Amino acid sequence: MTNTLHRYGSGESFSDDYIVFAIPARGFNDNGAVEKLRQFLEIARKYKPVNMGDASHGSIFRPSKELNPTVHWRRDLSRDFDSVVSSVSCTTTVAAVFDNQDQAVAFIQELKEADLGLSINISTALDKAQQCARRAGVERHSVEYSLGFFGQTDRMADRHTLELSTMCGHGMLSFDFVRKLVEWVKQGRRTPEQASATLARFCSCGVFNPTRACRLFQESKGPSSSLMK
Amino acid sequence: MQIDQQKCVACGNCIPVCPMGAISIDPLKNRASVNADECVECYTCFRGMSMEKLNPTMVRGIRGLLKLFRLRFDPEPDVCPTSAITPDEIAWPRIVRRAFSDPLVTHESTGVHGRGTEEVKTNDVTNRVGIGEVGYVVEFGRPTVGVRFRDIEKMTRALAAIGIDFEPRNPVTHLMTDKKTGKLRDDILNEKILSAIVEFKTRIENVPAVLEKVDQVSKTLETVVAVGVSTRCEQDGSSALDAVLAEEGFMSVRGKTNLGLGRRA
Repeated sequence: MTNTLHRYGSGESFSDDYIVFAIPARGFNDNGAVEKLRQFLEIARKYKPVNMGDASHGSIFRPSKELNPTVHWRRDLSRDFDSVVSSVSCTTTVAAVFDNQDQAVAFIQELKEADLGLSINISTALDKAQQCARRAGVERHSVEYSLGFFGQTDRMADRHTLELSTMCGHGMLSFDFVRKLVEWVKQGRRTPEQASATLARFCSCGVFNPTRACRLFQESKGPSSSLMK
Repeated sequence: MQIDQQKCVACGNCIPVCPMGAISIDPLKNRASVNADECVECYTCFRGMSMEKLNPTMVRGIRGLLKLFRLRFDPEPDVCPTSAITPDEIAWPRIVRRAFSDPLVTHESTGVHGRGTEEVKTNDVTNRVGIGEVGYVVEFGRPTVGVRFRDIEKMTRALAAIGIDFEPRNPVTHLMTDKKTGKLRDDILNEKILSAIVEFKTRIENVPAVLEKVDQVSKTLETVVAVGVSTRCEQDGSSALDAVLAEEGFMSVRGKTNLGLGRRA
């Protein structure tokens, strides 16, 4: 699973994007890992993540299968942290997304003290990840680099659409849907916050960053924007 | 996936949601339908969209009335008003579409949700990629372009020809009939999926040759290929890959960093 590796953007674009996740190693430390995964999420909550999720059960933003028509005027944008923590029931990957480095560092420091024994990774710009590690008092063990895209790259969207779309690394955010919401934000039919929450509901593992998305939607309203192809 | 023709009111909300662009409205029937050959069974529409259970006849009536007065309702863009999206029963070989496209399906071969393995995310525990070694994740079809297995096979065959040994726990490796040649099962070659990852590792000195081969073959495919490389860091946190990648002209910005807090139980 490389679901956050190829998130698109410049180094500066990741200044509000820090994904910290825990993963048990199958056959090595996955027995009894469920309680530790819950503990990871409970600790994360204290540092006010902007999203949080479990790869098996979803994020704090969830679609509803039983809506009534009033939703078109009063959509509930509340975030359901309790469900994420309580629904962890099997060995999986859990993640928390932070929109600033200080909170990510404080979270890692507490994880270090908690000594869960699970592998902890941070996904962001590589230099920022190393800053986080050192500020938290650890040296990185291993590193994975995104080398970008090869092949028929002309089949991809423009860079602004990619910045939003690749925030769900599993590819659940289609280019067309992102473009539609960008257009709606530009027309004033939805706010950046509403559009971000809409996209977040499609990302099933909780790594979508709504703060970064809001910023990107906000930027799309600017006069110099060239968001549409 | 299919759209229940009795329930669909042709609101069009599901059309842009589909990562493969497989949903369209038939102007004669005035109903949405799914192009089964393009659909990768990712369940984005079924799971990601919220649902109402409104009466289809009533909704069509209201929509018709509004249209008469040239008024347009501004619905939530991620709602199917009549719960018309319905999963199909799928069988082999189509079932590989869902296995490689729906992130909530666990591959039996890996025990991991998604399309690859744990890569270096658990390297502090498994030591899968050691110092002096490089792990590769070559991913096809992402973001939201899609890929057929016949394109993946072009790459696995080319990599096998330069002596690559594929990661045994990777789902694509499990679909090979001959791991030495990179040959995939014939019955899946035309199946389209959202994405798949081929994984392997080499010594660090082989990185330039491998990346050149990946680049060369990628140009012949009908999809995009996202490439990641990983290694274990030295005690001081430095990475021998930095210099190699710089030499090859890669200015990598984004990455994953394993903090080394894991341990064996």
